[in-house]
Amino acid sequence: MKTSEPKSNVISTETFPPLSISSWRHRHILDLDDFTTEEIELVFEIADAMAEILTREVKKVPTLRGKTIVNLFYEPSTRTRSSFELAAKNLSADTISLDASKSSIAKGESLVDSLCTLQALGADVIVMRHSQSGAPYLAAQHTNTSIINAGDGWHAHPSQALLDLYTIRSHLGKLDNLKVVIIGDIMHSRVARSNIWGMSTMKTKLTLCAPATLLPKGLEDFINKYQLPNINIEPKIETALEEADVVMPLRLQMERQQSGLLPTLREYIQLYQLNKHRLSLAKPNALVMHPGPINEGIEISSEVAHGVQSVIEKQVTNGIAIRMSLFYLVTGGKKNEA
Amino acid sequence: MPEKILMSPVDMERALVRIAHEIVERNKGAEHLVLVGMQTRGVPLAKRLAATIKGLEEISVPVGSLDISLYRDDLSSLELKPLLHRTNVPTDVTGKHVVLVDDVFYTGRSIRAAMDAIMDLGRPQTIQLAVLVDRGHRELPIRADYVGKNIPTSMSEEIKVQVMEVDGEDKVTILQSDREVPDENK
Repeated sequence: MKTSEPKSNVISTETFPPLSISSWRHRHILDLDDFTTEEIELVFEIADAMAEILTREVKKVPTLRGKTIVNLFYEPSTRTRSSFELAAKNLSADTISLDASKSSIAKGESLVDSLCTLQALGADVIVMRHSQSGAPYLAAQHTNTSIINAGDGWHAHPSQALLDLYTIRSHLGKLDNLKVVIIGDIMHSRVARSNIWGMSTMKTKLTLCAPATLLPKGLEDFINKYQLPNINIEPKIETALEEADVVMPLRLQMERQQSGLLPTLREYIQLYQLNKHRLSLAKPNALVMHPGPINEGIEISSEVAHGVQSVIEKQVTNGIAIRMSLFYLVTGGKKNEA
Repeated sequence: MPEKILMSPVDMERALVRIAHEIVERNKGAEHLVLVGMQTRGVPLAKRLAATIKGLEEISVPVGSLDISLYRDDLSSLELKPLLHRTNVPTDVTGKHVVLVDDVFYTGRSIRAAMDAIMDLGRPQTIQLAVLVDRGHRELPIRADYVGKNIPTSMSEEIKVQVMEVDGEDKVTILQSDREVPDENK
């Protein structure tokens, strides 16, 4: 057989996976605790195809034409909400964004009633953010619509963890046997919690680094109970950063100091801020990530946040591809019409 | 299930060489061509056409791959979602003569989807269609510009194209559930 075309034109046709998806069984995306390695890989494979659409001049495909996707946000959010909305629009779905403070929820309608109304209006997917941990689980029990958890309380933020993993995978080519360090307010972080599940499943080594007051109570028992040998706790940032492939500081909410969890903000900055010097303790080309929004100068210095090792903006772009992938996977199919 | 070989490796090679010549003739050269293979088996066929054209014209025609799953008209009625492959068209198609390459031409629905997909990437001068096998039964007003072999079939029959790069061998066969295998030159 002739293979004389130049390198730039060569396309990978080495592997030919099956043509349809039979391994997917999630109607809702609530957290990553019940995802298998194959399912996470599947989300990434679809996201790869979606990422190509994002490079086009016209970033739109007709895939979800006629589907309605509702963003139901009981908590303020710009980045996650815009990301879900753009993802839906890129797939040609119709979108409605509901801000709880400006809808009938403000008039006292209950969560379940709101969901039933949205279902009656013909919503195919409801993307939901709620300040109460577990609210999306309640929602999933009371509607036939697919629920995607866009963050519930301190509990879970699966699409963020997926985009974090996807970003690491696309930069470092793999996930297993990498060392990721998450620094900061683990206790209040749904991002950290979903990443604990996701990274455990993908065999990524995750070190949680925080002052004792910002670690969830009973974290060690939790790690033992669920047998998560890849999750480690290391309170000292310098030690935690050794040999790190990825460093992810979390946003420190200013209220934490008032609630007595931190002596002073200045002390936190001194002990835990990811600055240039500390970053140099990690591997030379370690990635710097952040789930946003960033408090520059608090948990991360400006020069690191905008430095050459930062892939924070990439995370935002990847977030759209991941959410397109999730929409693709949960919509359609006869099982949803049943 | 009775199986009958309709094209041997040599038959396939000859058909592809002829199609390559026809593409060059029709487009008066290979300068503004882009070959786009449809996943899965259209892609290696497009690469082979490009290799033959290179031998004829000494021009490396860009080869792309196209996944039409996102453009299918039956997505919401499918039991299982199709797996997506990354679309990769390595060049701007605007102003180019885009030749879509597929293995079997049947209802025309995939080609409709492929044309929409190509249009989303830019505004080509023309879109042409090259297929290894045309088995008839069109459901849309679409025709092929280059055909390797016309094979009249009944809808209960299955045409199976195998290519070296995917299946390990080059072969076109017809599978039939109950009826007699028709003569291939009918």
